[in-house]
Amino acid sequence: MTITDPSAFGSQPSGEDDPSVRLPLVEGAGENFSSVTDAVASIAELPVERTNRAWIICFAISVSLLGMLGLLILHLITTGVGVWGNNNPAYWGWPIVNFVFWVGIGHAGTLISAILFLTRQNWRTGVNRAAEAMTIFAVVCAGTFPGIHIGRVWVAYWLFPLPNQMAMWPNFRSPLLWDVFAVSTYATVSLLFWYMGMVPDLATFRDRAVNNTRRIAYGIFSLGWTGSSRHWHVYERAYLLLAALATPLVLSVHSVVSFDFAVSQLPGWHTTIFPPYFVAGAIFSGFAMVLTLMIPARQFFGLKHIITMRHIDVMCRILMATGLMVGYAYSIEFFVAWYGGVQYESFAFVNRAFGNYWWAYWIMVSCNVLIPQVFWSKKLRGNLWVVMIVSITTNIGMWFERFVIAVTSLTRDFVPSSWGYFSPTWVDITMFIGSFGLFFTLFLLFLRFLPVVAIAEVKTVLPQAHAHGEDHAESHSAGGSAAAPASRHDA
Amino acid sequence: MSDQKKHDEIHGIVAYFDDVDSVMSAARKVRDAGYKKWDTYTPFPVHGIDEAMGTKPTILPWIVLGMGLTGLTCGLLLQWYTNAYDYVFLISGKPDWSLPANIPVTFEVVILFSAYTAFFAMLGLNKLPHLSNPLHKLPKFSRVTADRFAICVEAKDPNFDAGRVRAILGAETSELEDCPVDTSRAALPLWFHAVMALVTCATFIPLSLAVKGRFATSEKPRYHVWPDMDFQRKRKSQTGWEGFEDGRSMRLPVEGTIPRGELRDDFELYFGVAQGAPVPPHVTFDGGAMGGDNFQWLSSFPTAVVVDDAFLERGRERYGIYCGVCHGAQGNGLGAVALRAAAIDAEQWGWVSPKALQSDSAKAYTNGELFHIASNGISSMKGYGSQITPKDRWAIVAFIRAIQASQALEAAPADLPDGTDFEPVPTIKDVRLSEASVDAPAAGSEPAGEAR
Repeated sequence: MTITDPSAFGSQPSGEDDPSVRLPLVEGAGENFSSVTDAVASIAELPVERTNRAWIICFAISVSLLGMLGLLILHLITTGVGVWGNNNPAYWGWPIVNFVFWVGIGHAGTLISAILFLTRQNWRTGVNRAAEAMTIFAVVCAGTFPGIHIGRVWVAYWLFPLPNQMAMWPNFRSPLLWDVFAVSTYATVSLLFWYMGMVPDLATFRDRAVNNTRRIAYGIFSLGWTGSSRHWHVYERAYLLLAALATPLVLSVHSVVSFDFAVSQLPGWHTTIFPPYFVAGAIFSGFAMVLTLMIPARQFFGLKHIITMRHIDVMCRILMATGLMVGYAYSIEFFVAWYGGVQYESFAFVNRAFGNYWWAYWIMVSCNVLIPQVFWSKKLRGNLWVVMIVSITTNIGMWFERFVIAVTSLTRDFVPSSWGYFSPTWVDITMFIGSFGLFFTLFLLFLRFLPVVAIAEVKTVLPQAHAHGEDHAESHSAGGSAAAPASRHDA
Repeated sequence: MSDQKKHDEIHGIVAYFDDVDSVMSAARKVRDAGYKKWDTYTPFPVHGIDEAMGTKPTILPWIVLGMGLTGLTCGLLLQWYTNAYDYVFLISGKPDWSLPANIPVTFEVVILFSAYTAFFAMLGLNKLPHLSNPLHKLPKFSRVTADRFAICVEAKDPNFDAGRVRAILGAETSELEDCPVDTSRAALPLWFHAVMALVTCATFIPLSLAVKGRFATSEKPRYHVWPDMDFQRKRKSQTGWEGFEDGRSMRLPVEGTIPRGELRDDFELYFGVAQGAPVPPHVTFDGGAMGGDNFQWLSSFPTAVVVDDAFLERGRERYGIYCGVCHGAQGNGLGAVALRAAAIDAEQWGWVSPKALQSDSAKAYTNGELFHIASNGISSMKGYGSQITPKDRWAIVAFIRAIQASQALEAAPADLPDGTDFEPVPTIKDVRLSEASVDAPAAGSEPAGEAR
């Protein structure tokens, strides 16, 4: 199975049982440039009064939760961080668990856009835009928690090396400061990547606009894009460079997040496996969230032929593979705890599985390692209900993974006199729920008003996009010639 | 010239195509005809079009490389300047400047600089944003971002010839059109200019305030943005508080506790008596024997001090600071305070003149007694125990012994070498007998000189 398999570009779905034949990236015999444009643009062009009712209900719920989050943050700031359950010895409670949870989800977007772009996995074109949007909104949620966790939020700018009248500078030897740089760089680069990819599609929206408001709004943000080939040339090079820059970045971000734990000396945290283990977990949770979002979106917005069952199948396989990596990390942690012979380390891991928080540990193992095993079956990978349930349990499992790491180690450190038990308050719980309101509000607005699918990129994987020219001997042009003849637009 | 005029009126000639093959072959023809100012417009990046158009590779990667290296330098310099040069502080014994700890931030800064450059240099090289484009006025051209392809040869090209261009483009007549020059100047409203001018001026305010704060001087304290540590809900020392029964905000130490550094277990050093002997009370008494045989006064110096030149010099210095104002720099009891007291006849209010340290009665004191007087005072002299450290008090005792050994009050030593003027040290009695001293009491040396 090579990437340049000619059948990858065939427009006829053929031989589903034959593993050597790939399903087409865009399904349907009559698909052409016009129909792809129409399919994506019609979502955003729908008049306000004809908005999908499901969307309105979801949006109303999300905005209410977002409002609740705002009020809770106000309560937190005016009262103090004591409204949370964080207290000696667990000063890192839910806020940090939620931060790592959201940052982890934010990893799939850039992974799909950058790493799969560099490795020429063309199937990414159907899902990359939505995954990138998901990344940015997840990073917004992630950034909220450490932002309000610092206590005096009005001096949050102390996190950055700004000259000040105290003549002090931040400590660059602290992993917490590395985290500030890593997460803010990641947010910036993801936003640039997402926006730059969207510029040609915004130009498409501008040129289809039916009223002045839309023409001006999309016109400003599409920067006057014409589709000039000289522009495309520089644009493609810039996109490639951004992908090449984002690839090491996406791997570095969760590594740096893991340093927050690994560079300390607490048993259960102070281990070298953390960076790869965290990165695998981040990709795992990110793909789960992509599935959770994409399955309803393709159903409600009529994108089944662009976000195909093949996309879902591939993502299920990635989910299972990363789930196995995470499971490997869980077992190797136990092995090293035993093999290392350090009394505190051994205790920390036995305590994780059989101590006060045994229930959290076994929720984590069941959701992250056992349940994804259903994807060995091709039939279950094709059942959207099963995929949806597994993607949700995976996210539950990954939240518990961060909870287990943060809380079990903090409440059972070296000295029994400093042991404790962490209990969340109502503010902890409602704030976490509220963060979903923030996430889904942003994501639903994106679904409604912006190009959900990278229109220009999807066109490049259509068979018509490839010249049958005399001096083009590229392997995939053979696939193009085998496909349906280039369609004329129906104007 | 009419032909040239016509060229000025149009922006260029646009041909539309329906598929990749036809636009590619047309592009090759335009390229081969030697045109420079022309472009192909496609809804997606068409593979192979760069070769068909003869587009040269962009320099963007080199710009990004340059800015990436700039980011590397800036990231390292930032961390070196802030943590190893300007504000050095010790964290867990780690070195101030070590590369491994600085790699993560350096890496992120490199990525940040490079990504910004890739995006903004792309916009710059493409001359974007460019919102007003004559091609956007063509209704048919709007299909180019959806599903059609176009080639525009601009009239600015030196080889431009309308007929020839139409022939080369080879599209059907219905798919060829002239793009007129955009003459409609989209003027921005006046209020927009006014607002922008105001905003531009306003952007200089923070900068000028920062410059003023940096270079101007002011008598007012600096403006404090967040005063959260200025007003704290706590009790300060030496203030009252109704919360405790005794009405004090401070607590007394628990009975029997000894503050750090105040353990007095060396009796010789701290009390001037033999180790374990009864300690004299903190009372001042008037002259005479110092409690007789009750106390075992130390006649030498405590073992905790080393009497050498440096010790004596320390004693001379301390004596000058604390003792000389009353006892006189020479120990004759004629310090400035003593003279003033004599001038105003302070004895009527109970003032006791400072003792001349060369007097026999002063010489009769043991070292321990002198130390006790220096510490706790005597008659109208206050104790200096709270101001002078024990070792310094012993140094003063040593210096007094040196004065006593080298200075006499009246009689010239028998063995004074010839030719040496002996100057007897004046006593308080000489001062009080002098008439001049009543008129000029404050000057220390004058009455002493006249009394001689």
